[in-house]
Amino acid sequence: MARIVNDFSIQVATVNGSGSQTANLVLLRSIFQMGVPVSGKNMFPSNIAGLPTWYTIRANKEGYVGRKKEIDFLVAMNVETAREDVLSLEAGAAALYDEPLKLNALRSDLTLYPVPFDKLVAEVCKDAKLRRLVKNMIYDGVLSKLLGIELAQMEHALRKQLGKKTKAIELNLAALHAGFAYAEQNLTKRDPYCIERMDKTAGMILVEGNAAAALGAMMAGVTVVAWYPITPSSSLPETLISYMRKYRIDKETGKATFAIVQAEDEIAAIGMVIGAAWAGARAMTSTSGPGISLMSEFAGLAYYAEVPTVVFDIQRVGPSTGLPTRTAQGDILTAAMLSHGDTKHILLIPASVEECYTMAMDAFDLAERFQTLVLVLSDLDLAMNTWMSTPFRYPDAPIDRGKLLDAATLKRLGGWGRYQDVDGDGIPYRTIPGDGMPPYFTRGSGHNEKGQYSERPDDYVNNMERLARKFETARQYVPKPEVLDAPGADIGIIGFGTSHWAIEESRDQLERETAMRAGYLRLRAYPFTEELTAFVQRYPRIYVVEQNRDAQMLNLMRLELPPAQIAKLRSVLHFNGLPIDARSVTDEILIQEGRKERSAVRTSVSAALAAGGE
Amino acid sequence: MADRINRLGLEVTPYRGGKTTLCAGCGHNAISERIIDAFFELGVDPRQVVKLSGIGCSSKSPAYFLGASHGFNSVHGRMPSVGTGAMLANRKLLAIGVSGDGDTGAIGIGQFVHLMRRNVPLIYIIEDNGCYGLTKGQFSPTADVGSVLKNGIVNDLTPIDSCALAIQLGASFVARSFSGDKRQLLSILKASLSHRGTALIDVISPCVTFNDHEGSTKSYAYAKDHDEPVDEVSFVPYFEDISIDYEPGTTTEVRMHDGSRLYLKKVAEDYDPTDKLDAIRVIHETARRGEFATGVLYIEPDKDDFVTLLNVVDEPLATLPLERVRPGREALEEIMESLR
Repeated sequence: MARIVNDFSIQVATVNGSGSQTANLVLLRSIFQMGVPVSGKNMFPSNIAGLPTWYTIRANKEGYVGRKKEIDFLVAMNVETAREDVLSLEAGAAALYDEPLKLNALRSDLTLYPVPFDKLVAEVCKDAKLRRLVKNMIYDGVLSKLLGIELAQMEHALRKQLGKKTKAIELNLAALHAGFAYAEQNLTKRDPYCIERMDKTAGMILVEGNAAAALGAMMAGVTVVAWYPITPSSSLPETLISYMRKYRIDKETGKATFAIVQAEDEIAAIGMVIGAAWAGARAMTSTSGPGISLMSEFAGLAYYAEVPTVVFDIQRVGPSTGLPTRTAQGDILTAAMLSHGDTKHILLIPASVEECYTMAMDAFDLAERFQTLVLVLSDLDLAMNTWMSTPFRYPDAPIDRGKLLDAATLKRLGGWGRYQDVDGDGIPYRTIPGDGMPPYFTRGSGHNEKGQYSERPDDYVNNMERLARKFETARQYVPKPEVLDAPGADIGIIGFGTSHWAIEESRDQLERETAMRAGYLRLRAYPFTEELTAFVQRYPRIYVVEQNRDAQMLNLMRLELPPAQIAKLRSVLHFNGLPIDARSVTDEILIQEGRKERSAVRTSVSAALAAGGE
Repeated sequence: MADRINRLGLEVTPYRGGKTTLCAGCGHNAISERIIDAFFELGVDPRQVVKLSGIGCSSKSPAYFLGASHGFNSVHGRMPSVGTGAMLANRKLLAIGVSGDGDTGAIGIGQFVHLMRRNVPLIYIIEDNGCYGLTKGQFSPTADVGSVLKNGIVNDLTPIDSCALAIQLGASFVARSFSGDKRQLLSILKASLSHRGTALIDVISPCVTFNDHEGSTKSYAYAKDHDEPVDEVSFVPYFEDISIDYEPGTTTEVRMHDGSRLYLKKVAEDYDPTDKLDAIRVIHETARRGEFATGVLYIEPDKDDFVTLLNVVDEPLATLPLERVRPGREALEEIMESLR
């Protein structure tokens, strides 16, 4: 049997709240420490404890970090789902399972390893109450032996994970060793999967997108944060609080150079942000779909009254409550035009943890430069999962506070109106309370150039046209798309956000498997920039890949592209709540290109279940 | 009057605002006048003041006073959050928020509740006429049971008593007045300017167009007959050296945070305005008689305000220089190291 080295996925199926996160992160980190590119994806329920949860770790020597559709090695710890988990594996996969589950009778085309977890944990953990929490470390020990993950690296990762909790470290180490010893004495390696040392992760960091965004916000000099708890956004403000408490307390006075408020709801959260930003602070909130819906009215105020406002939207699945703990890119159209009347907003769309960090800083600069709402559209996959990255760079540039009126400018202009377009770019000068500059009355009702109440048709039209001009100016300032051309290729792919990782891998699959090359443009912001039309122009057919049902980004593009370009657009959609994977993208493009039959593609777990006789 | 100058050397002009677009005789206009008087007479720097409001007739009024101050007419029922944000951004500001009984009691009750809990430093005025004016006279949640609309519809829902609710929620300065009582309203407004946390002032302010008829409990005639001052309010600002003599047991003297003094001489009720239970009892007992208690109903001058509780630096957060809000390279390196 040919060995498969550093190119497979492990899925751990456990019960939510059983303490498996430590074991899973130790597994991930020890592979990372061995220099092998790795990614982890947590598929968890909206529940505190008791419902099934799956954690998938992918090791890949090429550096692909998107989700791998196929599971190669299963750790079946959950009684509830074990049967389904095993039935949905591809032939040739391996599974480690809790011995009493007797899964060996289910399939003959898998490599199955039974492990008596309860017996082993009882031997190393005298306190019956703690057994549940250390039991999971046993599978780490078994995997260490079976997959060749160095035990010393597991120990190191465990110590890093648990910090100063000496007793917990002791118990977990014992469980780890017990698993290793059991595998050594009782299990014969019969599967092809192995981890071997590489040097592809030296100097890199492991971080979640929400932590990266929090770090970016701190470095951007945020001073007022208001938020309301919601999955998958909460860890952004919570991580920010811990960073700010450590790095943003005034050394001399012991006082905070920030105010962070847990508001009574998302409406109050964005209201506080708008009030603070109006009074001159760099202010932000973070939320997810339901919160975005609630913030809609205030979003229109920020747009129309021109108040710099930063909102992180950590997208999750579905209309209404949807699937709160699953990932999607389903807020594109809502965010772009959030609120009634004619509104449009600047969107920043990070694909990596590094972009969560840099775009957090960009968001504040753009919000103040354009005196408007800026939404950063992250998603659950990026925000809550652990990603490898090169270390973040210290921001060398000063912050951009935009057009704040000062005495010299006032003298030069010879007069001032809050909403006067004196520079021709649609951006007026603003003053803030207490700055000694002329006051003005801010309102969400109709106003003229001076900010005075007006219902005059010409005042309204002039103001709205200036706002449109301002949005046009923004095209020159937002992050440009990342373009990888394939000269002469028949197809181009457009993607954004976390779809990037699947697309990057899919392009290689297309070329390797069918010799099909594809150009690639990754959108990073809205409004779109000239690179988009130029890209669409260059390829006969364009596939827009997105994680929603209604092809939202494609439809946003339809509003701007000429008809001949719109006719080139096709959709690749993925919206089942799991992070998009390369195989799904590749298969869908091949089907639409007439190179593959739809019936030849196994589309879902349910198909596998049906094959298994359910 | 034109040459009258306050202690900042300012004439009254910067304290005035644009011409009102509310109805002639509207109680709200009288309140705007008293706000102008209070800020002018106490010599408050208008450039340090922010005026905030939600939506409704009342919420238009910040455009009609303190023209030299920044103003923000935000969205319906959300003035408390906007005001909270502004005060977090710049604790040196003095915030005055104007709301109505619908803007506060209906759509904005949630934000009202949490502003009171937080004791955000802000003067919160409810211009209370028991109805929606801009949408032509529907009942609001402060309309009394049995109150009748012009078209004959009778209100049968229990009213929200904003003052009693505020006290229960932890508000630290709660007063009620009547737009027609110039002297009392001016004294209360002056006192509120020296208060450190939230100062809630519910002002009965009749709507001459939709709610001033017989059968209304928020009409001028009804308010004049049923206004029951519980105390006589005298305010002595910290910069004036005036002594007020009173007989022991007749008056409560309150020392405000900035050194000003507030004298509350008992009139209708024998109670202690620094005692929560007493204050709530007086409000409800007066209401049971069909009257409404006015004056400073409850005061807790030393309660920490929200900005203080958050341990925010003394300078405005809004204008801290970059070096104080962006941690140094070593901080980022330390964080990167912890993620390796």
